[in-house]
Amino acid sequence: MKNTTIIFGISALAIACAPFALNTYWVDVLNNVGLYAILALSLNIILGHAGLFHMGHAAFYAIGAYTAAILNTTYGVPILWLMPVAGVLAGLFALVVARPIIHLRGDYLLIVTIGIVEIVRIALINNVFDLTGGANGIFGISRPSVFGFKITKPQHFYYLIWGFAAATIFLLLRLEHSRFGRALLYIKEDEVAAGGSGINVPQLKLIAFVIGAVWAGMTGTIYAAKMTIIAPESFSFAESVVLFTIVILGGSGSIPGVILGAFLLVGLPELFRGLAEYRMMVFGAAMVLMMIFRNQGLVPPAPKHYAIKPDLRAGGAQ
Amino acid sequence: MEEFFQQLTNGLAVGGIYALIALGYTMVYGVMKLINFAHGDLFTIGAYLGLTLLLSFGLFDKIGPLAAVGVLAIMVMILVAIIGALLERVAYKPLRRSPRLTAVVSALGASIFFQNTIMAIYSPKFLVYPHDILPKMAVNILGLDVPIIRILMFLTSLALMAALYFFIQKTKIGTAIRAAAIDQGAAKLMGINVDRVIMLVFCIGPALGGAAGLMVGLYYGQVNFSMGWMYGLKAFTAAILGGIGNIPGAMVGGLLLGVIEALGAAYISIAWKDAIAFCVLILILIVRPTGLLGERVAEKV
Amino acid sequence: MNLLRVENLTKSFGGLMAVNEVSFAVEAGSIVGLIGPNGAGKTTVFNLITGNYQPNAGTVDFDGVSLVGLPTHTIVEHGIARTFQTIRLFQNMTVLENTLAGCHCRMRAGALAAMLRTPAQRREEQKALEQAMAELAFVGLAHEWENKAKNLSYGNQRLLEIARALATQPKLIVLDEPAGGMNDQETQELIQLIRNIQHKGITVLLIEHDMGLVMRVCSSLVVLEHGAVIASGTPAEIQANPRVIEAYLGADSE
Repeated sequence: MKNTTIIFGISALAIACAPFALNTYWVDVLNNVGLYAILALSLNIILGHAGLFHMGHAAFYAIGAYTAAILNTTYGVPILWLMPVAGVLAGLFALVVARPIIHLRGDYLLIVTIGIVEIVRIALINNVFDLTGGANGIFGISRPSVFGFKITKPQHFYYLIWGFAAATIFLLLRLEHSRFGRALLYIKEDEVAAGGSGINVPQLKLIAFVIGAVWAGMTGTIYAAKMTIIAPESFSFAESVVLFTIVILGGSGSIPGVILGAFLLVGLPELFRGLAEYRMMVFGAAMVLMMIFRNQGLVPPAPKHYAIKPDLRAGGAQ
Repeated sequence: MEEFFQQLTNGLAVGGIYALIALGYTMVYGVMKLINFAHGDLFTIGAYLGLTLLLSFGLFDKIGPLAAVGVLAIMVMILVAIIGALLERVAYKPLRRSPRLTAVVSALGASIFFQNTIMAIYSPKFLVYPHDILPKMAVNILGLDVPIIRILMFLTSLALMAALYFFIQKTKIGTAIRAAAIDQGAAKLMGINVDRVIMLVFCIGPALGGAAGLMVGLYYGQVNFSMGWMYGLKAFTAAILGGIGNIPGAMVGGLLLGVIEALGAAYISIAWKDAIAFCVLILILIVRPTGLLGERVAEKV
Repeated sequence: MNLLRVENLTKSFGGLMAVNEVSFAVEAGSIVGLIGPNGAGKTTVFNLITGNYQPNAGTVDFDGVSLVGLPTHTIVEHGIARTFQTIRLFQNMTVLENTLAGCHCRMRAGALAAMLRTPAQRREEQKALEQAMAELAFVGLAHEWENKAKNLSYGNQRLLEIARALATQPKLIVLDEPAGGMNDQETQELIQLIRNIQHKGITVLLIEHDMGLVMRVCSSLVVLEHGAVIASGTPAEIQANPRVIEAYLGADSE
């Protein structure tokens, strides 16, 4: 317990101080790591905790980013104010599309979610409702400001992104250690037994989807603000695969594992830029090897601790 | 009306391709209950190997186009079958006893690996098949000019499917495959070497997929490292449409999907062509997850 | 008063008639045994009561509520808890967490309350922990609370399933072969445990092959053969029933 606290403290400190030690390029790399970490954490609720094979997460991210971009460029609403709006819209979308497919078995769900992310991308390219700007996307998204302070440099974004990541981690840790979090784990372990224990399996799966989507939608807003330009290609199936891989390789259901996964899959390739074209090749091979030799991921979820009074523990010992 | 028949023949030709790829998905699923996500990439490998072999031996000048395509097809099928068997040995066999979804992740990893290996070897650009290797003439059917390659493609797919159907239904090995698909444990007790059956399925499916890859190369004249992904998804949709695990189902589903897509592109919108297949997929999984020819199986509690 | 009333329950799989017009009633506070040879359809009847299967025909009335068509978790909320013939624990989770699964349906705090960690949520969580530990103590597994379910002995896994079922605070507990895989000593303790459950005011319906246990613990029995009820009554009546002896006791010579 103490060790993890120390590791956590040191990494938090390192992340807080990083921009002072790094040049702009590397700060930007860490910004990307942060965005992917948040997205992967939101996917982790669905994939890691509830065990739902969801490979269309980029669709929710896209809905969030486009909602923010459209409302910002047409009505001039400050971009960060749009975070809740984008989150709610992505959540609603998840609710509508997940409702009819939530009962599908693991690998079928995987295929359907791939179908959904592709349909969303095709819809964006085809300039659906005349809102999404087609293949070129939307540009001219304004920079965000916090309490009158305008965020423009990567260093500024760094604190915005990692601040949001910290809040995400804080809330998700609480969620993990609750009735809701446990219920998702029961569903992942054995759906029939979960139902037989009185757990409303379809409803909880749906809520997991919606929470994951809300978070992805909010992250999409930050992404739109950072890039000032968004296009359908940023939300392709390949993005979903990267997120999926981060969760599986890092350790599904494990918050530290997923963060480590984001560093490895997004940060590490920057160290080997010359070998960029082999990056995905290595990921693919790593996924296969990981499943064979360590299918729980690099950092599997740690057992939870419950404070049980000693008199209760001894209760029924015979 | 002419437009309709042109789209219909086009749909049948492309549907034949979907059917050939779908057979690989459905056979593997039948025996192992695994969606082999790397199957679409084996199709791509077929297309690229076809191109390489075509350019390196100059067969077309030596033995004429039709014989050359035949020889090429056999070479491609054998090579892709070997890669398929290797894939099974490396990525799936060690996971036979693991949870089912572990193998699904492994399959995804293999798919990513294949795609990027092809890209690293051949470049990320579209590669062009030499055209004018097959006669460009059209055949007049009921007053309509249908390109001969379309007809050849359709007939080749049908012939391959018929051969497979005969093999599965009438031979001893085919019976072993069917037995393993129904109950692996019981098949083992009856003295069937299930490992060998699985190996065989991973040769036949990829061989058909590889042949489909070659045909797509010849039909459209160009190939791309990521094309197996879209074809794979559509073929999988076809397998689901017909009823996954069901061999005639994959054939019917493939042809049907090809026609639906061609007509949809012509009469609804060409821009939404790729979305049509996904809508079919989602609808069929919601409305009738067992597909057109599949049977309902009660889940045991 | 009848707590559970099953009437003309029918279920077929394909062409096979697994359960054919089965009717019986379970009186509140009693311990009722459902017996019969293998393949008689006992577990199917349980699955029909608990909502895991939907019947082709017939009714299931529980405490004034018709259960047909309700999802399993709702049936648990109405007060029927079950154990599984093939043990279905959350194998990679701890004994305590398995029991907490049963508490779930009596708790209210959702995802938002958990993120905000409201006082009500914390109180509820604490109460659930205490209740789960109490159920574990009741079945004699409290000292195993930190162990993973998969590391328990077979007999203890069955007890853990019972603890998880009790944590749902049921009116009726449905036990599917609770003594399966238990040794004599464990079976003796199980008999006492089943009686203790009855003393808590919980009605018990059980399937069991161990005739010694059934005859000692049950107040009435229902005998199934080929999916149909062939006899019902007190253990003494059943033991004297020639049809039962022929169909079941005689054939198995137990």
